[in-house]
Amino acid sequence: MSAEGPSPAFRPAAAAALKNPQLRANFRRAMDGLMAKRAAVFADPVEWRDLRALGSAIRARTLARLPELLERLEQSCLRHGIRVRWAETTEEANAIVLEILKAHGATHVVKGKSMVSEEMHLNDFLEEHGIESLESDLGEYIIQLDGETPSHIIMPAIHKNRQQIARLFGQKIREARYTEDVDELTAIARRVLRKKFFEAEAGISGVNFAVAETGTLCLVENEGNGRMSTHVPPVHIALMGIEKVVEKLEDVPPLYSLLTRSATGQTITTYFNMITGPRGQGEKDGPTEVHLVILDNGRSRIFADTELSATLKCIRCGACMNHCPVYTRIGGHAYEAVYPGPIGKILTPQTEGVGRRHDLLEASSLCGACVEVCPVEIPIVELLVRLRREAVQGDRSSAVLQAGQGRHVLEDVTWSLWEATHRYPSLYRLMAFAATRLRRLLPSGLPVLSAWTSVRATPRPASRTLHELVRKAGVPDA
Amino acid sequence: MMQRHHRASYDSEMSPPEPQRPAKPATVYYYGTCLVDLFFPEAGLSGIRLLQREGIRVIFRQGQTCCGQPAFNSGYHDQARAVARAQIDLFPGSEPIVVPSGSCAAMMKRHYPALFEGDPRAEEAEAFAARVFELTQFLSNVLDIQLADRGEKVRVTWHPSCHALREMEIGDEPKRLLAQLANVELVPLSRERECCGFGGTFAVRHPEISAAMVEDKAGDVLSTGAPIVLSGDGGCLLNIGGRLAAMGRPVGARHVAEFLWERTRER
Repeated sequence: MSAEGPSPAFRPAAAAALKNPQLRANFRRAMDGLMAKRAAVFADPVEWRDLRALGSAIRARTLARLPELLERLEQSCLRHGIRVRWAETTEEANAIVLEILKAHGATHVVKGKSMVSEEMHLNDFLEEHGIESLESDLGEYIIQLDGETPSHIIMPAIHKNRQQIARLFGQKIREARYTEDVDELTAIARRVLRKKFFEAEAGISGVNFAVAETGTLCLVENEGNGRMSTHVPPVHIALMGIEKVVEKLEDVPPLYSLLTRSATGQTITTYFNMITGPRGQGEKDGPTEVHLVILDNGRSRIFADTELSATLKCIRCGACMNHCPVYTRIGGHAYEAVYPGPIGKILTPQTEGVGRRHDLLEASSLCGACVEVCPVEIPIVELLVRLRREAVQGDRSSAVLQAGQGRHVLEDVTWSLWEATHRYPSLYRLMAFAATRLRRLLPSGLPVLSAWTSVRATPRPASRTLHELVRKAGVPDA
Repeated sequence: MMQRHHRASYDSEMSPPEPQRPAKPATVYYYGTCLVDLFFPEAGLSGIRLLQREGIRVIFRQGQTCCGQPAFNSGYHDQARAVARAQIDLFPGSEPIVVPSGSCAAMMKRHYPALFEGDPRAEEAEAFAARVFELTQFLSNVLDIQLADRGEKVRVTWHPSCHALREMEIGDEPKRLLAQLANVELVPLSRERECCGFGGTFAVRHPEISAAMVEDKAGDVLSTGAPIVLSGDGGCLLNIGGRLAAMGRPVGARHVAEFLWERTRER
């Protein structure tokens, strides 16, 4: 991703999603289910408060020592034979992956779920270079079949219902007969993938936590495809963003518990992989090479700001989107970003530019439902407001990408006028007098008003202001 | 990091704060808010009446205008600060400042300290913020107000504003007040804690998304069968009430202060 090119079309995409009743029903049903499951596993408020405080503290402590911990992670990995490569940009990361695959003559790759690989648009890149890259996570497999991107960071195909998936499988998988039975659909995907695991010359995965002290790569999953992708092919390439490091093994259990409970309401996932290097001498399974690619892609810039760096505390659970009233209604694709929902709203403008993605910053009622459930206490609302300020009042001294580039002359003038009328009581009184006396004459054609009246009655000011009622009632002014 | 102690903890869902009961003050300031001033003045006056009936002297500074939240949330912090400064100037002393809005109270209590960070008047802004109370919180937690219902039997539903819930950390205070009214039956919304889609300028910056949200909220209100939806925030009331009116449904969206006063006043 970069700050170049025209702004993505968030508004028309959101408007189209709102008019799609199937999509809205799919999201509403799915998010309701996820919210209920999460609430059930965090039923004890004291336990939630304590665990969350611990998770937040672990992430804050990690970020405070990020450069040092990344170096330690590299050393620990090297000790076990995990080869570590650093990539500043997604282009560099793609080139590294390609170089490793070429060295092994790999033409078939299986992938576990990885949001970093989505940042890299890795599948497209590999296809361009003649390498088949097959998603092995069921949700990812479904959307890859349909040529789509994930609409949710945990449940990438959540925008589709069972019937839509049944039709897709019927059309795209030759050996499959049409069925709407979930178990049968899963079995079809399993048969296809099983073969591919053994054909692939390399497996690619993400990383949920990378432990600096031990060089352990932790992978959280439910389907076993993560284990297959990382253990069956002879080469394993793990991809992670720089923020995924934690200091020690003890840090993992609380974060793991917060992650699975916040994401899907599970107290534990079916699989939890801890990868500590390639196959050792005399061992019978595992890849012969393990590579770790550590990607920056704009994260260092975020890290440099003491307030905005809280963005990097994220453990990618997706609870913020599950509870977001905006996400629930427009779904993940409308954001035109790798990371949708509240976390995407603060992350994407920082990596692509607050000017270019000003629309995302504004697409929040600041209701705070996301903050309430964030397992690592990211103050998403405060960061949104901060980034809005950077967009319209930031200057060159700011570290934020495209600071000041969300300005519009009309907005600047509007807020200056607003300031004047609300700073000087006499002006305010005049305005309030006009609004109350001309209450029936407000022109309904004003753009601001027509946006309001699209589904609401025209607002009419009262005939007398509170200031007037209070004066009349003899309430003292001092 | 922004100073932690000013950040809302956002866990009112799980653990409502213990009601601390400061001594009942002799005098309070009343901060009407611009939305109440222009659209719900009767509700504003009702809040004053409720306080006065408890024997409190209420001061209403005629110079007050707006807390600055619209500009603050839009990123125009220089303008917001200029307006906020003018408000702070109007409220000397140490008396509590009572606000019939969770959202405006949250702006002054939670966000003034951040807005004035590094400003020569930062300390003053902090001291001001510490004096701010939302009206139902003040009635319930500070005054421990006792209400006697004089109205007919009625069903109502309650919409808590997001900022009241999650920034002012108002738990069941408004509902406890309503529960004192013997003839009032509270029918809960099925998605009580979900945002109504107002969000200040959000409603006009992203009108389609906001519309989808308020359509759902109005639908939720209608499905309760209650003829009145109450809230403690003018923004939500304008939004939900505006939607119900456009649908031609005879459901009133009313401020809780006005409702409490109307039902308990001596006639």
